[in-house]
Amino acid sequence: MPLLEISQLKKSFTGPDGAEHQIIDVKYFTLASKAQTALQGESGSGKTTFLHLIAGILRPDSGNVLIAGEEMSALKEARRDRLRASTIGYIFQNFNLLQGYTCLENLLLAMSFGRGVNRGFAEALLKRVGMAERLHHYPRQLSTGQQQRVAVARALANRPKLVLADEPTGNLDHRNGRAALALIRQTCHENNAALLIVSHDPEALSQFEHVQQFTQINQTFPKEVAA
Amino acid sequence: MTIWALVWKSLRQHALSTCVTALCVSLAAGLLMSVWCIDAQSQAAFTGINAGFEAVLGARGSKLQLVLNAIFHLESSPGNLAWSDYVEIQKNPNVALAVPLAVGDNYRGYRLVGTTPEFFDKSQYAAGKRFKVAPGGRFFDPTLREAVVGNFVARRLGLKPGDTFHPYHGLVFDEKNQHSETYLVVGVLDPSNTPADRVIWIPLEGVQKMTGHDPKAAEDISAVLVKLKGGSALAGFQMDTMYNRQGNRLTFAWPIGQVIAGLFDKLGWFDRVLTLVCYLVAVVAAGSILAAIYNSINERRREIAILRALGARRATVFAAILLEAAAISALGACVGFAIYGFIMMTASELIRVQTGVVLEIFKFDSVLLWAPGLLIALGALAGAVPACRAYRIEVAENLAPIS
Repeated sequence: MPLLEISQLKKSFTGPDGAEHQIIDVKYFTLASKAQTALQGESGSGKTTFLHLIAGILRPDSGNVLIAGEEMSALKEARRDRLRASTIGYIFQNFNLLQGYTCLENLLLAMSFGRGVNRGFAEALLKRVGMAERLHHYPRQLSTGQQQRVAVARALANRPKLVLADEPTGNLDHRNGRAALALIRQTCHENNAALLIVSHDPEALSQFEHVQQFTQINQTFPKEVAA
Repeated sequence: MTIWALVWKSLRQHALSTCVTALCVSLAAGLLMSVWCIDAQSQAAFTGINAGFEAVLGARGSKLQLVLNAIFHLESSPGNLAWSDYVEIQKNPNVALAVPLAVGDNYRGYRLVGTTPEFFDKSQYAAGKRFKVAPGGRFFDPTLREAVVGNFVARRLGLKPGDTFHPYHGLVFDEKNQHSETYLVVGVLDPSNTPADRVIWIPLEGVQKMTGHDPKAAEDISAVLVKLKGGSALAGFQMDTMYNRQGNRLTFAWPIGQVIAGLFDKLGWFDRVLTLVCYLVAVVAAGSILAAIYNSINERRREIAILRALGARRATVFAAILLEAAAISALGACVGFAIYGFIMMTASELIRVQTGVVLEIFKFDSVLLWAPGLLIALGALAGAVPACRAYRIEVAENLAPIS
């Protein structure tokens, strides 16, 4: 049984003109446990929306998202929040670190919503991503690459089964982008987490064995453009 | 590391608005508690002061003026009464003790009150408490020009046993009105926290026969303090009827506490206005919490969306905002105690200087519990509005950018 199984997933948004624009129409998609898959797609192709639907941040109009045996799309919002916190790690394109919290606090806060606070594990994760000397620094005191590392550590803080990464190299130069991807892959592997990454950058994704074109799984593209 | 951490972080991140809104709440808390306590304590203190007597007999006029003059040593005397009136009431079978008072002179603004030694010997100004003279002094000899100085006056004017002074005519100090008599200070009263502390006590005859006073009124007195036998209400009622209803020459102010309570009743509207102002300040403070947090929600949309994306439930975000508002109120309420203390100390000192009455500023009153509680609840209620706004924030819309 795959870790992630998506079927007949559809999502539309109402545009400024009042018309419905279908952004996502995925017939079937699976991801095995501990697998690492990359989806390549153009900007505005609905990649973020797709990840949001998987994470339960958005509710689909129809279809199913089955994660670790739980039907995410059928759950009530509070239950979806809990499932997301305990099962999914999310690395955002612009990291979305909480600016008023130190690196360590960003991890501890994420843990508090998930499997519970484990300070030792949080420190170990930050050490693992090379941030041992920056535990008590605030995000504004870090370089872009360092913020990326903290975001990776935070995504793994609740020992998730699945890590979603949205354009993780979008804010990094070529060399740092490759290093960041390598780090994400390694740490996911070490923590037995499956990885689903979306990016528009073919160069960045060249190190993945399995790269799928997002247009192949999302039937709407390029008929509609994301809002 | 969840709700409380969120609250603490937010308070720190918005330190300036936190401090300003907390200050508004503290003003409301301080004002509400102090107005309430000053009202309650001054009523208790003033209605409880009677120098150990139940009634005052004086010239026909206002009972309140009579009590203020004879007991609180404020106001002018409504007029004089004859010595025979004093003798008559002294013989009344209902009267246990009658002490005459005469006023009309001052020393540097502090009034001189002539009386007999019985005022000090036979009366207790409060249960179990008699006037005492500080070591090194004694009460005056009624046949000599001697004075016992109230504790407050002694400290203010630096008078001590062995000092001498010339009285001044009238109740208002005027250097031109100096009497020629010289009085010797023979004692200073121990503090009694009553109006007696603000007075210089001299023998009755001293005031009656002061040079320059009308010789025809040399036997007149200003008032008679009356202690009824066993504090009898029936006796008081009988004498009230006799002097106030059947007679038309004298006024019998009884019971003293009720006369003062009547004054507070008349001033009750003022208390109510002050209390209303305090409640309005509390509402404004709650409004400032609402506005401060509500406005900050806009800039915190992304932060809230991130929290939600990390797994925080809507209820958690709602509770955090509500607690933040309550925490600002609680902080304000704590500072409010300092403002309360400051206002109480200032007001207490003003009242002491003006009347000699000392308020117990640290005496417990239930307002010290319910007022901060009310403000915290009001703050939390005000926080419900921005909390609802935060509750409704959609995660996906606020997690930019979208690829």
